[in-house]
Amino acid sequence: MASAVLSIATQCVSPNASSLSINETHKGKAKLGGSTLRFSKSSGRISMTVAVNVSRFEGIPMAPPDPILGVSEAFRADTNDVKLNLGVGAYRTEELQPYVLNVVKKVYVLSLMAENLMLERGDNKEYLPIEGLAAFNKATAELLLGADNPAIKEQRVATVQGLSGTGSLRLGAALIERYFPGSKVLISAPTWGNHKNIFNDARVPWSEYRYYDPRTVGLDFEGMIEDIKAAPEGTFVLLHGCAHNPTGIDPTPEQWEKIADVIQQKNHIPFFDVAYQGFASGSLDEDAASVRLFVARGMEVLVAQSYSKNLGLYAERIGAMNVISSSSESATRVKSQLKRLARPMYSNPPVHGARIVANVVGTPVLFDEWKAEMEMMAGRIKNVRQKLYDSISSKDKSGKDWSFILKQIGMFSYTGLNKNQSDNMTNKWHVYMTKDGRISLAGLSLAKCEYLADAIIDSYHNVS
Amino acid sequence: MIMVVMWRYFNGRTARRFVSTCSGHGWWDKVRVAPKNPIVSVNESFLADPFPHKVNLAMGTYRDDNGKPFTPQCFGDAEAKINRYTLEETNSSEVSSKFVMESVKLAYGNDSFVVREGLYAGVPALSGTGACRLFAEFQRNFYPDSLIHLPDPTWPNHHNIWRQAQIPVKTFHYYDPDTKGLDFDALINDIKNAPDSSIFLLHPCAHNPTGVDSTEEQWREISYQFKVKNHFPFFDMAYQGFSSGDLDKDAAALRIFVEDGHLVGCAQSFAKNMGLFGHKVGCLSVLTRDIKQAAAVKSQLQHIAHSMYSSPPIHGILLVTMILSDPNMKEQWKKEMKIMANRIRAMRTTLHRNLEDLDSSFNWEHITNQVFGVVILHICCFTFCLRKQIMTLVHVPNSGWHVLFSGLAPDQVRHLEKLFHIYMSPDGRIRYAYVEKIGNQFFSHGRCDTKQCKLFGKCNSSSYKNQ
Repeated sequence: MASAVLSIATQCVSPNASSLSINETHKGKAKLGGSTLRFSKSSGRISMTVAVNVSRFEGIPMAPPDPILGVSEAFRADTNDVKLNLGVGAYRTEELQPYVLNVVKKVYVLSLMAENLMLERGDNKEYLPIEGLAAFNKATAELLLGADNPAIKEQRVATVQGLSGTGSLRLGAALIERYFPGSKVLISAPTWGNHKNIFNDARVPWSEYRYYDPRTVGLDFEGMIEDIKAAPEGTFVLLHGCAHNPTGIDPTPEQWEKIADVIQQKNHIPFFDVAYQGFASGSLDEDAASVRLFVARGMEVLVAQSYSKNLGLYAERIGAMNVISSSSESATRVKSQLKRLARPMYSNPPVHGARIVANVVGTPVLFDEWKAEMEMMAGRIKNVRQKLYDSISSKDKSGKDWSFILKQIGMFSYTGLNKNQSDNMTNKWHVYMTKDGRISLAGLSLAKCEYLADAIIDSYHNVS
Repeated sequence: MIMVVMWRYFNGRTARRFVSTCSGHGWWDKVRVAPKNPIVSVNESFLADPFPHKVNLAMGTYRDDNGKPFTPQCFGDAEAKINRYTLEETNSSEVSSKFVMESVKLAYGNDSFVVREGLYAGVPALSGTGACRLFAEFQRNFYPDSLIHLPDPTWPNHHNIWRQAQIPVKTFHYYDPDTKGLDFDALINDIKNAPDSSIFLLHPCAHNPTGVDSTEEQWREISYQFKVKNHFPFFDMAYQGFSSGDLDKDAAALRIFVEDGHLVGCAQSFAKNMGLFGHKVGCLSVLTRDIKQAAAVKSQLQHIAHSMYSSPPIHGILLVTMILSDPNMKEQWKKEMKIMANRIRAMRTTLHRNLEDLDSSFNWEHITNQVFGVVILHICCFTFCLRKQIMTLVHVPNSGWHVLFSGLAPDQVRHLEKLFHIYMSPDGRIRYAYVEKIGNQFFSHGRCDTKQCKLFGKCNSSSYKNQ
């Protein structure tokens, strides 16, 4: 796409024209039908160019709206009283308000006091090193693997602070693109929508392994194993550590063992996305069991972490990319390359969220308090699941098995509703959810379970 | 190797399982150690050095007279206002929009028609680096065969950023080592010789690393030549307010181009001028023909950001928005920034004077002529002589605040480090925010004892040639 530049008179250009033009140029402007005429005099001749302000962005189309964030926008625009937002995976209280963890408030107050001290020293706003806040990196690796994990003791873990889950995944993707050119990533069908964007933009090819079975509204385990086996040796397999997004369906411990078996057999590399540690079962350790299993087998693993949900630090963008490798020497090399990839992305990560996490995890009293709040949040979701299940079971006489609601875990539930049915949920019932049938239970209160049950039953039975 | 693992099922059942590891096919064997970031490793050496009078000229941030990092007072006031963590994640987008609007007003002018009419696509970015990277990826998406033209020299990370975005780099003439100034003729030639519709990166003020800027007249000429060739100007504005102390003056180049009808792109960083380094606050704006196009371009930029980090960290954005939208705070900030800029100017004057006093046979005018000046090879000789006199602890900032191109070679840099505990970037780039004491103390000494000076053979000064 070229802009039209009309030269009405040729310019007299001599080697010294530029210096002449500084001294002698008489610049004037005139409007000509929306474009601008420039007059300049060089070497005694007047020349004119007309630059038509045709933008070079003519060919740029509107990007599709984000399917998930678009839901929240539609919800906000809805004026109906009974509306319900089950779109975004953000924790809400029973009163359906955002929840700021008490530990975070405390840390915030404390850090404000500390920041006043730091303001004097002046080092509170300065750049972090490329790999991020050391205290945070230590805390996050220990939280993931356990402080006494041999991998940590043997210094085989390369940890780099990242911009929440997305940023950490992107660092991992960039590492794959640079050092494993041509290697593919296998992602679950379905998976969090942004996984595909991340790997696409990082220029890493991907394909899918079967995961969700719509017939059982559960895990298609056979399909999953088959697809992982069929992938060429050395494929990266993206796994959700716990609380699979969007389905809420996690493998059982026995199934995790088998997944690890086949990954080892095929020399694949497991790549975990851990966005809900603590949110699934309420226990930080239990939710990390899958990752720890793989590491305990001596496998080399990539793990992206996020503190958006479990510490409610969505807007602070705090997470980490961990690479557990077979030697400390290798971990050092890998870390240096992760840093090298971070530098042309953002130079160094933001400090605020890292301080909060480091403070919470590093202060025993706060850490215990966090664990308690974690249990409370996960507990609320479990209660809501139970209430929803009870409501639907008592209202629906068709004999359909709704127990998947209880079997699924974490914030999300795949209801099994198709697109039309999901649209009905929104259009008729003002229940906002994503088109794939995913609801976020974190956005549901006990008080609204009956209403939701009615909506689901209606949509399931009366819409096809 | 066989490992025995006890596995305890989380819902109470226990089972034991013996698993064996595979023999450890090292996936990362082929991963080499990345070259150390030269500035960071210098900083590490500096920190490890026990010498009490060591000097760090490689890295750091702005320091005041007492060597303390300077955080503008307005910043502390803004923090105090955010005294309750009341942020809901759903408000992030509203705060971001406000932030972008304030940033754009700062860059293009409060009364700028592009701001009034909404003829821009703006997104918050992860400071200057992030803004440049977003633009580079955007460029690649829509002009996959294009190049980026970078000034020679430029901030090294520019090369990394565009390379990582898989856009080839071409450099254009900028710095003239003979005059220690701008090689304007060669610059204009390169602009003219580039293929039509090339994409150029320009530093609107406080060029990093040389400190050499174009005059207003020169900018007008550059803008004109860009129009003739239909080039796209992308401005990396990391020091607005820092260069002259005046926000509007520092954005003059950008505004000249806009006035001339260019639809520019601009990366802004609040790292230096608001001291918000660690918070990664920046903004990318791209001017468009109309608001429909602005929405389209913005959506594409957001899409790129979405797959890189989803959304930017909110804390710094809150601070900047608060400061820029509160007239009192904004005034306070402007005053404090002027103080910083004036201090640097004063230091340069002192340095110039001291160098003149020490060796008036040499022309030191370039130090004060340009925005940041250029210190040449001779300073190494003087500092060698003054080894015992070095009493100054100088903290050094990160890229660009006040950049001096010393012209020192790597072995000379190492020499300074080993003998005089003066640390600087391996390419001889000196960045300093605080050399008043250097000015006073370094140059009170007499002549260089060239028998001690290992490098006198490379010294260009005519005074020392025969020794």
